[in-house]
Amino acid sequence: MSKVKKKIKVIKVDLDKCNGCRACEVACAAFHANPKYSSINPARSRIRMVIDPINDEYVPIRAAEYTKSECDGRNVYTINGKEYSECSFCGASCPARDLFKEPDSGLPLRCDMCEDDPAIETPMCVQWCLAEALTYEEYEEEVEEEEEQVKLGEMETSLKSLVDKYGLPKLVDSIARMSQKG
Amino acid sequence: MRYAETGYNLEVDLSRGNIERVESDPKLTELHLGGLGTNAKILWDRVGPEVQPFDPENLLIFSAGLFGGTPAPGANRTIVSTISPQTGLMAFSMMGGFFSPELKYAGYDKVIIRGKSPDLVYLYINNDKVEIRDASHLRGKGAVETQELIKQELKEPNAHVAAIGAAGENRVYFASIEQGRSSCSRAGIGAVMGDKGLKAIAVRGTKDINVARPAEFFGLCNEVLDYIKFRNDNPIPNVMTILQGLGSPQEMLHVDEKWHTENFMWGNSRTRRRDFWNGEIETKWKETQESVRTRLISCYNCPMKCGAIISVPGISTYMMKCFSKLTYTMAAYSDLDFGFRIAQRATEYGVDGFSTPQVMAFALELLEAGILTEKDFPGMPDDAEGRFYWLLDAIVHREGIGDVLAKGTYWAAKEIGNGAEEFAHNNIKKHEQLPLKLGMLNPIYFLMYATGEKINITQIEGQFPQAPFATMEEREEFCKDWIQAPDEKFKDIVKKWEFRGDYSMPFYPGVQECCEIVDWMERMHYIDDSLGMCAGLSSFPLKPPYHIHNYPKLISAATGMDLDPDGLTKIARRNRTLIRAFNNRRGMRRADEKPPENHWKKRFPELEAQLLDEYYKFRGFNNNGVPTKEYLEEIDLGYVGEDLEQRGIYNE
Ligand code: SF4
Ligand code: SF4
Ligand code: SF4
Repeated sequence: MSKVKKKIKVIKVDLDKCNGCRACEVACAAFHANPKYSSINPARSRIRMVIDPINDEYVPIRAAEYTKSECDGRNVYTINGKEYSECSFCGASCPARDLFKEPDSGLPLRCDMCEDDPAIETPMCVQWCLAEALTYEEYEEEVEEEEEQVKLGEMETSLKSLVDKYGLPKLVDSIARMSQKG
Repeated sequence: MRYAETGYNLEVDLSRGNIERVESDPKLTELHLGGLGTNAKILWDRVGPEVQPFDPENLLIFSAGLFGGTPAPGANRTIVSTISPQTGLMAFSMMGGFFSPELKYAGYDKVIIRGKSPDLVYLYINNDKVEIRDASHLRGKGAVETQELIKQELKEPNAHVAAIGAAGENRVYFASIEQGRSSCSRAGIGAVMGDKGLKAIAVRGTKDINVARPAEFFGLCNEVLDYIKFRNDNPIPNVMTILQGLGSPQEMLHVDEKWHTENFMWGNSRTRRRDFWNGEIETKWKETQESVRTRLISCYNCPMKCGAIISVPGISTYMMKCFSKLTYTMAAYSDLDFGFRIAQRATEYGVDGFSTPQVMAFALELLEAGILTEKDFPGMPDDAEGRFYWLLDAIVHREGIGDVLAKGTYWAAKEIGNGAEEFAHNNIKKHEQLPLKLGMLNPIYFLMYATGEKINITQIEGQFPQAPFATMEEREEFCKDWIQAPDEKFKDIVKKWEFRGDYSMPFYPGVQECCEIVDWMERMHYIDDSLGMCAGLSSFPLKPPYHIHNYPKLISAATGMDLDPDGLTKIARRNRTLIRAFNNRRGMRRADEKPPENHWKKRFPELEAQLLDEYYKFRGFNNNGVPTKEYLEEIDLGYVGEDLEQRGIYNE
């Protein structure tokens, strides 16, 4: 089996430096608008702040996998005397909360590391985090070729969530109907 | 499509329980931008001079600015406007935080409240769904507590809530509206909210805000961020620490309070303690601050950290900003630990951190002078701190003498009589000012204090250095990258300006130059207040990232309007003049434009009169401080001039 080089992209999060400004959300939402920067709506951002000032909880999370159902049980972590729900560190687009869902369609959102053509050097959320709570690192790792997994594209993720929501037959029906109408 | 703004206001009639979503006129955006500008227009049109602050006809407007919700860093101000119970004039208080962007994302530029609810209610705005909800279970609850309770009962952790505490409910004339780390504190707008029976507004929004030329606008925002980075790495040399950086005064960060404690006045703006600060106090205060401050926090989309979460052991957590850590401390001749403790209670009650401590210190002075007696303070403890807590409770619940004091020093002194007026010595237009007493008249500050419509010096000062630089090298250094100055003449003034001799205060800068400096400073504030921009990134600090040269580009790219510095200046003057005319219609005249008698030791009545004469001329006002009909026509406010004429205001 041959080895291939894979670029690993890391966003480091320093919770102590976060000031809760939500500039990361602003930058991500603007970058992913179509056309770029034309609209701004943090509800469309793929990074969201979990904020509870009274408990001094400030956690940025990036949208990860879509999940059909919420966790059966959740851990509560105590770090330096402060309690965090497991959800505060979880990037799932999950039915238990209104994060990482397109506000109009309810379709799941996912962080794409600001993939773009031409590629941008630093992800937008990191660029706009002047507090340096978010920093970006890249390194290369050798992996077995086979290990590289095929990622679901954004459309496939959306479709998957629609299948979960309405069932495959209904969805196929609707698509068939829509394509007939042209 | 409307750009930058949503184009819709929410009209809420609390008397009838009626809610309407009303499209706004895009022409008004061209004339006034938004925020304070359009608030003023609405108040001019709908609130006549006969309307009293606590009449149902008085409006209470919560407005985002034109830039609120766009990516422009720092555009997070909510501008609340109404008639102030204390001054009887237009009150406009601004708060940072997260409320106004959320309002924009919910699809509204403003919430316009009229009427009065018979029962205590709160308003819940969730995109298109808007409800008036019962708040009887929240009566008497703290302003911070209320925000949490509402978020919990709505199951909306991402909602943002602006709430009043007991002070607003009880119509204390210096009650605030609190929201997250921010508050609208000045001029008693919390009392108007309480009078309307409105405990809070909760807002949640998930809609888009669009801009006209996206890539260009975002590029300009990136330039703003780059400049903020530059300024954070390059504090301005040769000025006091608190003037070196951006943001509002970094009181939550800094622990060195030598300057404030030795230059600001203690008690009822009374005593200067020149040798107060020493090593022992420094160590103690540092320890206090660092032990209670859990985190420095920002407002929406701003990299500065002007606020802090404060957790004092044994009392519930709250958030603080600016200078309130010292106002109670100094009014009570106490220490910082006391300041943080009492500010917690004051924040839950929802009172202004400037007026409140002065009112309490004023009451104690009256007691000492025998104008009030022990009988007026039944059960008040003997120690300074205990007295302050006692007074705070009495004022907020309006019990006994607290009921009188709740109107502020001006009205309380009138009611108490017997010489009490002498002790209400730190007011302009019936409103308590910063506790500052200085030596030599500063002609620039004289004009700003006297004529500022906000009646609060921090809302007009900022762009021009507060004092001359000592040497020519320092002046050159300051001027060399002063890109914010509208033109070269301001640099010439800075270069000539000396501590002593022909080019020193009070006669230099000369009268004309003073007018131009004040014009520039107030212009920037009026632009910020219509855009919803935090003054901390614009009109307040030296060398800010937003200025008269890049603002027109930003506004054009955001809205598609064609605007250059002259056009923008005209809008700022229009807004400024409209508020002036509104206040004139409510009786404000030249005679009211007076800084406190004792603000400076060395006064120059002739020069001061000349300053006012010239400033009025410069501004297009007549000698009584009223905008002339001709000038109003020139700035497209002809209808305002006609109104003033019909009311006979020009014939006085
Ligand atoms: S990396 Fe890019 S897509 Fe991912 S959260 Fe940050 S800004 Fe959004
Ligand atoms: S931009 Fe940075 S500091 Fe601001 S909320 Fe996001 S992670 Fe925190
Ligand atoms: S400069 Fe300070 S007060 Fe202004 S928006 Fe930023 S954090 Fe808030």
